[in-house]
Amino acid sequence: MKPTLKTFNKPTHIGELPNGTYFEAGHLVSKNAGWRTKRPVIDKNKCKGCLECYLYCPDGVIGKADGKVAIDYDFCKGCGICVKSCKFNAIKMEGER
Amino acid sequence: MTKHFLSGNEAFAYGVSLAKPDVISAYPITPQTIVVERLAEMVEDGSLKSEFIHVESEHSALSCAIGASAAGARAFTATSSQGLLYMAECLPYASGGRFPIVMMNANRSTALPWNIYGDQRDSVLMMDSGWIQVYAETAQESLDLALMAFYIAEDRRVMTPVMVNLDGFVLTHTYEVVDVPSQELVEKYLPPYETENKLDMDSPKNLGYSVGPDYNLEFKYLEHIGVQNAADVIVEAENRFAEVFGRSYPGLVDAYLCEDADYVIITLGTIAGLCRETADLLRTNGIKAGVLRLRYIRPFPNYEIAEILKNTKAVGVLEKDISFGNEGTIYTNVNSALYKAGLKMPSYNFIGGLGGRDITKENIQEAYKHIIDGGKKVNFIGLEVNADE
Repeated sequence: MKPTLKTFNKPTHIGELPNGTYFEAGHLVSKNAGWRTKRPVIDKNKCKGCLECYLYCPDGVIGKADGKVAIDYDFCKGCGICVKSCKFNAIKMEGER
Repeated sequence: MTKHFLSGNEAFAYGVSLAKPDVISAYPITPQTIVVERLAEMVEDGSLKSEFIHVESEHSALSCAIGASAAGARAFTATSSQGLLYMAECLPYASGGRFPIVMMNANRSTALPWNIYGDQRDSVLMMDSGWIQVYAETAQESLDLALMAFYIAEDRRVMTPVMVNLDGFVLTHTYEVVDVPSQELVEKYLPPYETENKLDMDSPKNLGYSVGPDYNLEFKYLEHIGVQNAADVIVEAENRFAEVFGRSYPGLVDAYLCEDADYVIITLGTIAGLCRETADLLRTNGIKAGVLRLRYIRPFPNYEIAEILKNTKAVGVLEKDISFGNEGTIYTNVNSALYKAGLKMPSYNFIGGLGGRDITKENIQEAYKHIIDGGKKVNFIGLEVNADE
């Protein structure tokens, strides 16, 4: 299951920090996609929902939303591997504005 | 409790086996080899149910121990000299990750010139690695420290790895009668290791992550507090040890005839014994000499040093290490302790024993004479050739 973004409550006392480098897994508190220059966009008509792109995505940002394959742009770095992996040419890179 | 005739290495191996580590990962190196051999034999004959990992290097030895600790296991490793330096990258990993690993280090010189004999430059070089450091004097103390090290490291207030140092050959390879406690008593003393800092399928954790400039300083602050907390936990560990086993230890430092001493030699490890004998000799001549053996150097006994030496006229630090271009590192630390407490007596530094050179009773007598008469601050003792400038 893909972890979702959580609200980060800034600690105010040292005792709120973990005593060592361990914490609950999947505790995502900040978006991480700032350096993307191009974004992959899925053509919903061409997509067969085979999820080949999900298998290849190195950052685990592809999943399903409302029953359709969807990309989480909060974490997608824009590498374009999903475009190459799609056998149906359903994904195209578009420039970030 | 049974009596055995054991070397320092063997006594330590007995101590470790009684602590029943889940994982032992180690690479043999002189003069530590025998502790690894004895533990391997115990695993082989089935008397010790530990996972023994034969690693290909010291870097891997500590890496495996860190991995084991991150799986919630009690982990042990041992090394010496070049091996300790080779695993240096992993030392702050273990301390920063707050993995309570116990490591035995057989103090040995570091190359070049290549040398397998004892001095303390290897471990002193690692004083800033975040590990607790303790120096044993006898085989009995070695065995007992193996048990206390796990007790201290695993305390929730500490959660810091402990390096137990034994002087190479002088302690690792010499034999004495050692009380080996029963497994039942050890189990009364040392509970099984429990932690939240581990891989857990039911409660998945993110382990060993990066922390950027926004919170890294806070993590390092917590690490510092952990080592500082050890000062109290060490005393608790020793009090409990005395309750269970009937043998007591004096805390961070071991003071000998210091109450009324005018002149005190501060040192660490096995040479303290000869210093005490020399102090006895000087006392027969009316000189009030004392010896302060530093057992722990991290956490550093700032308070104890200042308290014990507050009425002393002059002190000397005798150590088997040198920070080239400055002075002995223990001397630097001792001076800091004295200065912070507002103590202004003269202090001198005696560097000796490097590369296994004997420190003789005559050397120590000369050191006391130097402390009494005054002179050069930093002195190499026991040089075999004239080194007048």
